Amino acid sequence: MAKTSAHQKNRSYTNVVYATPVSEHPSLDEVYEVTPFSEAFWTYLNYVILNIFGWFRDLLRNARIENRKGSAENNPPGFVPLYQSYESFYTRNVYQRIADCFNRPIGSVPGATLDLLERVTDDYNWSFRFTGGKVKTINLASYNYLGFANNSGPIVESVINSIKTSGLTAASTTQEFGTLTQHRKLESLLAEYLGTEDAIAFGMGFATNALNIPTLVGKGCLILSDELNHASLVLGARLSGAVIKVYKHNDMNHLERLLRESIVSGQPRTHRMWKKILIIVEGVYSMEGSLCKLPELIELKKKYRAYLYLDEAHSIGAMGLRGRGVVDYWKCDVNDVDILMGTFTKSFAAAGGYIAGKKDLIDHIRVTSHSTAYATSMSPPVVEQIVSVLNLLLDNDEEHEGRRRINQLAWNTRYFRQRLTKMGFIVYGHPHSPVVPALLYSPSKIAAFNREMLKRGVAVVTVGFPATPLVLGRVRFCLSASHTKEMLDEVLKHAEEVGDLLNMRKSKLNPKRPFHETES
Amino acid sequence: MGSSMTRGDIESLATDFYDLLESFKHAPFYHISFEIFLVLAVIWLVFFRKPRAIEKKLTEREKQELIDEWQPEPLVPPVDPNHPALNVRVLDGIVGKTVEIDGKKSLNFATFNFLNFVGNSRISEKAIQAVQKYGVGSCGPRGFYGTIDIHLELEERLAKFFNCEEGIIYSYGFSTIASIIPAYSKRNDILFVDEGVHYAIQKGVEASRSHVKWFKHNDIQDLERLLAEQEVLDKKNPKKARTIRRFLIIEGLYVNYGDICPLPRMVELKYKYKYRIFIDESVSFGTIGQTGRGVTEYYDIDRQKIDLISSSLEYSIGSIGGFAVGSSFVVDHQRLSAQGYCFSASLPPLLAAAAIEALNIMEEQSTPLFETIMSKSKRLHKKLLSIKGYSVMGDEISPLKHLRLANALNTIGRLEEIVQFAQTRDITITVARYLTDEHLLPEPSIRLILNVEMTDEELEFLCTVLQEALVKVTS
Repeated sequence: MAKTSAHQKNRSYTNVVYATPVSEHPSLDEVYEVTPFSEAFWTYLNYVILNIFGWFRDLLRNARIENRKGSAENNPPGFVPLYQSYESFYTRNVYQRIADCFNRPIGSVPGATLDLLERVTDDYNWSFRFTGGKVKTINLASYNYLGFANNSGPIVESVINSIKTSGLTAASTTQEFGTLTQHRKLESLLAEYLGTEDAIAFGMGFATNALNIPTLVGKGCLILSDELNHASLVLGARLSGAVIKVYKHNDMNHLERLLRESIVSGQPRTHRMWKKILIIVEGVYSMEGSLCKLPELIELKKKYRAYLYLDEAHSIGAMGLRGRGVVDYWKCDVNDVDILMGTFTKSFAAAGGYIAGKKDLIDHIRVTSHSTAYATSMSPPVVEQIVSVLNLLLDNDEEHEGRRRINQLAWNTRYFRQRLTKMGFIVYGHPHSPVVPALLYSPSKIAAFNREMLKRGVAVVTVGFPATPLVLGRVRFCLSASHTKEMLDEVLKHAEEVGDLLNMRKSKLNPKRPFHETES
Repeated sequence: MGSSMTRGDIESLATDFYDLLESFKHAPFYHISFEIFLVLAVIWLVFFRKPRAIEKKLTEREKQELIDEWQPEPLVPPVDPNHPALNVRVLDGIVGKTVEIDGKKSLNFATFNFLNFVGNSRISEKAIQAVQKYGVGSCGPRGFYGTIDIHLELEERLAKFFNCEEGIIYSYGFSTIASIIPAYSKRNDILFVDEGVHYAIQKGVEASRSHVKWFKHNDIQDLERLLAEQEVLDKKNPKKARTIRRFLIIEGLYVNYGDICPLPRMVELKYKYKYRIFIDESVSFGTIGQTGRGVTEYYDIDRQKIDLISSSLEYSIGSIGGFAVGSSFVVDHQRLSAQGYCFSASLPPLLAAAAIEALNIMEEQSTPLFETIMSKSKRLHKKLLSIKGYSVMGDEISPLKHLRLANALNTIGRLEEIVQFAQTRDITITVARYLTDEHLLPEPSIRLILNVEMTDEELEFLCTVLQEALVKVTS
């Protein structure tokens, strides 16, 4: 990418509509810097101190010196306690201290800026009180990759229209009387967009995985699942009754070893041959920001005759030249992936999930899915939102709005990641993924980063254990096509300040250095 | 026959034997010990050696051959193209009291639209306002900026409606009870579940990996038998019994049968055998009870005695999603451990706004509305009973009834014919659809659902059409 074109983009993105800032060659370099020893030491010490305080406080509570602030059981004694005391040790003593960083209620559309409802706590996060005020912040927390979360505009008009003409629900299951013409239209547009033969849509992304994986594999089958797969994939795999083997995250050698060993030794104990082998991967992993290695996966799957299930919850719409997901990004053939799954919550700013693939696969799912038989079909206004977004992404309009947003997101990703790494933060993940995790390690820094950024008017998501490994707490920025360069600059300025305050800019691979505007 | 053994032979034999014994005395010690060792070794080999397993180490070539030979089954089995799920009716417009099929309006007795809130203009207006304020999607899970003030309002309103401490909402009706059960019940715990519960509860029970004890549908004696058996086991091992949680999972009004659970006796047994009660009131919420508060109001039972009431927002309320209400102690646990709540995006705000407005209407219209629906259900029940040839399942005040052909004529084929005939006469009804792997597959039936705004003439018309259909099918 030449310096001059980067400079042009800085000025006004509406001029550059057709140029693609995403490099022609998908990149294979993901960097995971090793945890510095000092950080690990201080993080463990942090946990030890929290535990000591926790035991001490529990002692005081048991001796009734301190009041029990949580709620109590209202059944008479004699009942076995509903949850074990050690399970909630972590909740009471670690999570509760930083509970104000989570479950923050918002009062506006989750677009590029967010209105948080101001809340204060009088008793150290056990209960909250709303002051009635609203805090305006820049939103780097919502999954709004293409910026379609709006409360005005042509899409919203068509959604309002569909509420008037089709109501909010059909109140029936898909197999009975819940199928409307809009659902069929959505499915055919989706199949066209993804390039598959057919597609089917469901009302909830989590349920799409949990209720459909059991229809594809069952007892006598093998599932090879990535270490960092989402809870819905794990639940679906468990409910199916198949044998599950986990391979190290993105480690293709380990996967190949597992495949070979499994085929050779067969099912456990009986040593019969496996009926099917299913490899489950995600397109973009939301906690690591990493991409799956799709070309190698397809090669492996063909070599060993396994089936591939690709969950594109975060990558559909956000990755690829035309926004068609990781299959588009890696320039693979979509027919090589047996089952394409995705959600509409992230890039489409709606709700729901889909599965796409060959026609006989979709027919089978229509007949045997738990969701089509027992769950209410999708709500028509939500379907209308998805259909409108799909029309834009298929490039059917004259203004090429879809293409503009895809390019804008890709440019934002490159810019933000480069600047963040140059500041000296330890950033994980793939250079082109719009999910940007920067490591903070200890739970205290997680809380501090969150609160300091909020004071400066930026809303971010910080996560710790149990969503991440114990010592690898992190802040996760979610970029959006609706962020302008000015917004990103402001966020980076505040991140720099807070990073210095918390002493987080200590990467050895990318030691911090000042940034000049003309650098590309 | 003469003995070939002469006396001399015997003598020589005896001397040989004597010489042998003498030679033993003179043999060196190692010789004797070696002989004894050999004898012992033979005895061991014959009687005591276990056959050693031959180690099966495959060579690389053999492994490669196995890998090359292995052929998987096709990803999906072939599907019958005539299956009803592949030939559904595709509808257009609002699926309310009437539905437009093939250009004609027909009366809708097939969708779960008990209070006729689908297409209600007040509710639509509120939903439109919510879209203009919040957009469509919430773009995040509840923990990460997906909690919108309208969700908090809906939770408060639901808790107040049921007079409980706290409420929690989910974004999908199926996932509500399927996520709640595994959040409380773990591997060691025991679940007493009615056999007739619907599929979502069965999946929740499966996901929890607990011990399940199924009791016959609505059979209190069977439940007491199981509880007594468990008590005997508890007495044998009281230490273990103190770590096992027990839950009773029932529905207020069963979707698959239309009858009401015998709640009062179950609450009595709760305090005797120390289990917790979770009721799924998806159908009974908004349909029975004087003010629509479900089965606890119908039986006049104190709601504090029920540990958790869960329901769906997709039936009476006419929105999407589900909820649970109970004491703070019980409900708060779900906020961190229910999978369908923590790991899923929150409910779109327009659907939450619609639910709030529906609750407003339910509270405004209160007793008259619910007395109407209960009395209409009773009248429909009487009318249906008067048609000879059908057997009607379900309680008389339940707005959801199952219709079967009497005697041994009840097959899905005949029921489908009845449904098709009814459609030609502009009545929309449906055969209840199930998956084949239900715990207890109900018999084929037509699921009739009463809409509160159906007039008496329309109910009369329904019965007439059903009668004609019966004649046509059994002739």
